[in-house]
Formats: sequence, C-alpha cells, structure tokens
Amino acid sequence: MNDFEFQTATTVDEAVSLLAAKGDRARVLTGGTDLIVQLRENLREADLVVDVKKIPELIQYSLTEKGLRLGAGVPCYRIYGDEAIRKAYPGLVDSARIIGGWQIQSRASIGGNLCNSSPAADSIPTLIAYNVICHIAGPEGRRTVPVAEFCTAPGRNVLKRGELLTELEFPAAARHSGGAYLRFIPRNEMDIAVVGAGAWVQLDAKGETIERARLALAAVAPTPLFLADASAALAGKPATEATFKEAAAAASAIARPINDKRGTLEYRKHLAGVLIERSLVGAVRRARGEKWDPHV
Amino acid sequence: MVRKTHVATTINGEPVEFLCEARQSLLEVLRETLGLTGSKEGCNNGNCGACTVLLDGQPVDSCLVLAVEVEGAQITTIEGLSKDSRLHPIQQCFLEDAALQCGICTPGFIMSAKALLDRDPNPSEHAIRFQLAGNLCRCTGYDKIIRAVQDSAKRMAGQNK
Repeated sequence: MNDFEFQTATTVDEAVSLLAAKGDRARVLTGGTDLIVQLRENLREADLVVDVKKIPELIQYSLTEKGLRLGAGVPCYRIYGDEAIRKAYPGLVDSARIIGGWQIQSRASIGGNLCNSSPAADSIPTLIAYNVICHIAGPEGRRTVPVAEFCTAPGRNVLKRGELLTELEFPAAARHSGGAYLRFIPRNEMDIAVVGAGAWVQLDAKGETIERARLALAAVAPTPLFLADASAALAGKPATEATFKEAAAAASAIARPINDKRGTLEYRKHLAGVLIERSLVGAVRRARGEKWDPHV
Repeated sequence: MVRKTHVATTINGEPVEFLCEARQSLLEVLRETLGLTGSKEGCNNGNCGACTVLLDGQPVDSCLVLAVEVEGAQITTIEGLSKDSRLHPIQQCFLEDAALQCGICTPGFIMSAKALLDRDPNPSEHAIRFQLAGNLCRCTGYDKIIRAVQDSAKRMAGQNK
C-alpha cells in the first residue's frame, strides 16, 4: 500500500476543510472495510485519509417519534444491537446483519456502505425502500439528497469535492408499516449479492390493503434501482399473492443486469422478481405485526 | 524517510506504545513490530478472519484496521487468552476436539468464539455458524470447530458455577 497522510477530524467543519484541501486525493475513513482493501489493492488512491469516527455527529444516532437519525459512521453491530431499531426498522437490521461477517459489522457503517456506492451494496435498497434522506456537509454548507438519487455510477455518487455524508434520516416508522431486505448469494453468509431486494409497505388499519409501497433492487443495474412505477402500482391494491406476483413481474422487467461471474443476465432478472416478491411478503407480514426472519 | 506516528494503546491488558506508518495495518504492527505472531495473515482483505482480534471487545479483522486508529483502544489478541500458563477453556476444547488441521485459521476462530461466548454463553448451533461466518477454514474442519465451541460453552458454564 502506498503511504498516505492520516488525520483524525473531531468536527464536521474540520473534516470538510481537510477534504476540500485535497479534493479527490482525500478519502474518508469510517470502518475501512472497503477503503483499506481498495487502497491496498490499488483500486483507489489517496494522499490523505481522514478518520471521521471521532466526530460525535457521525457516530451517534437517535430514534424518536420523528424517525431515526443515523450518523453516517455508526457501525452495523450497534444498529442490530439496539432493540428499538430492530422493532422500528427491521429492514435496516436485515441489511446490517449480512454486510460481511461479524468482524466486518464491528467496523462497517451504513453511511460507508452507501458512499462506497457499489451496485450490489446490501444497505442501499433498504435505504431507498425506507425513503431515507442523506444529510451532506460541504464547503458551501449543508444540503440534503434523497437516497434514491445518491449513487450515480458504480463506485460514484453525488458527493462533490470536500463533501461529507453526515447523517441518514429515516422517516418515522408508522403503524401498519413494515420493511424487509433479502439478497441471494450461493453460500449462506459472507458474499456479495447476486441480486438484493428491499421493500417497504404502508398497509391500511385492517392490514389488507397496500396504501403505499417502495421497492428497490441491487446488483441489477449500474446503481441500486428505485422501482418507482412498480412501487406506485401497488398503491390501493390488496396485499395478496396476486399483487406480489404483479410486482415481481414488474421488477424482472425493469432489471437490466449484466452477465458476470456471480450470475447471468437471465438468472438475475428471474431472481429480481423472486426476491421482490419475497421481500414484499416480509414487509407485509411485519406491517401486520407478524414475525418474519429472512435468515432462516 | 516516511513519517511515523506514535500510538499508545493497551494490548492484552498491558500498556503498549509503538511507532507506525499510516499505511500499516494493526495486523502488520502486531506481528512485525510487536512480535505478536499468533494473529495470522490469511487473505489480507477481510474475507478469512485469521487475523481476528478484539478491539474494545468487538471482533475485527486486524488487517482492516489501521494501526494509527488504535490510539487509546483496548486490544485482545490470541496471546492474551491463556492465564498463568493455563490455556483458556476455548483453546483447551479446540485441542481436545481436534478442531484444527493446519492451524492457520485457529487463532481467529478462537477469538471470534470468545467474542460470541462473552455475549451468549449458550449459543445454538445456528448462532455459532452465523457468528463464525467471517472465519474461514480451508482444511474444512467446520464440524469439529462447531463442536469445540459447543464444548467450550459447556466447560465455561461449569467453571462459572
């Protein structure tokens, strides 16, 4: 690994000024589980690495009636270790539990997973399904971006020179709503998604009709995809198998994957439908207050 | 001359200071600067878990931690498990159950098993397999490893009575 300068920032302003001074020669370090590998294998280069894990705003979270404000550097184990988050945002926990193994989850953050901007990232369909707002600090001040617009290409995103993702804002977890994330990999754990699917639904008080839904896919396009039309089509539909199958067909149709070592184009399109259907079932069951575990 | 950073940390309960370059991993410093060669380098990219240590009680791949990050941290390595020349019950069970062949993965498995049993003294087989998924054994000795962790749980429960 080439040598670089290492700085620990203790405030957002300090991090932004360090990053702005070095531009694309600077990299933000949270868990390092992507960055350190990329630097070691010369997939990315850096003259400056800025550790942001000493910035309170980035390593705190708060869960209130307004929703979840999740610091971009909070590691996965703290997320699934919190019973209140497990109850309110089970889809987020689905993702946090399968990003790498335990050693990775001790370090890796959801914010880092988003900023790494892999098309196959396990947290991003979940963030899209939950309609998360990204809070960004930069030399020009603060701004927000809907997470569905955050990634722009494999490994690329909307962050500009000197900008830092600070927080992820989840809308309040309303009654009769639920979220879920599922991915397919050939082994049981510790692999990159062949396809990943996130779903969120808001049901009526009887738990029979879908009022609103948000569906998203990973590893079927250059960026994680928000299925806007398929999501809108679910509004007002009964939460039944026929409805889930319609969404599955729409997901297969919109997926535009590539052939690679993890799967063929045809296989991935098929999987996109299967996983959207199953994650919808999970989201609906959770919205009804039933137990649903993606890992068994 | 590359600039080195001074780091003060605690390893296996002892205060330790070292100088390192920013690009050096914790694993590299443990093995090459501090002579703690129990943690192994397998893949050096976060897949195999052979370099697992506990960082403030959490299992981490020490190849994916920069040594400069551990200022003020509490680190436990495989060298820290035995007490007064007596093996830790997990080490003893790995030996008795022959839960190793070449042994490269063993320190990592034992550290992950310790992290698991510290939190969940009586884990199910499913929980053991799930929590140890970040440790790979290429001799494919998984069944014996799982049994050794189950036996460790029983032995540690017996000792705590």
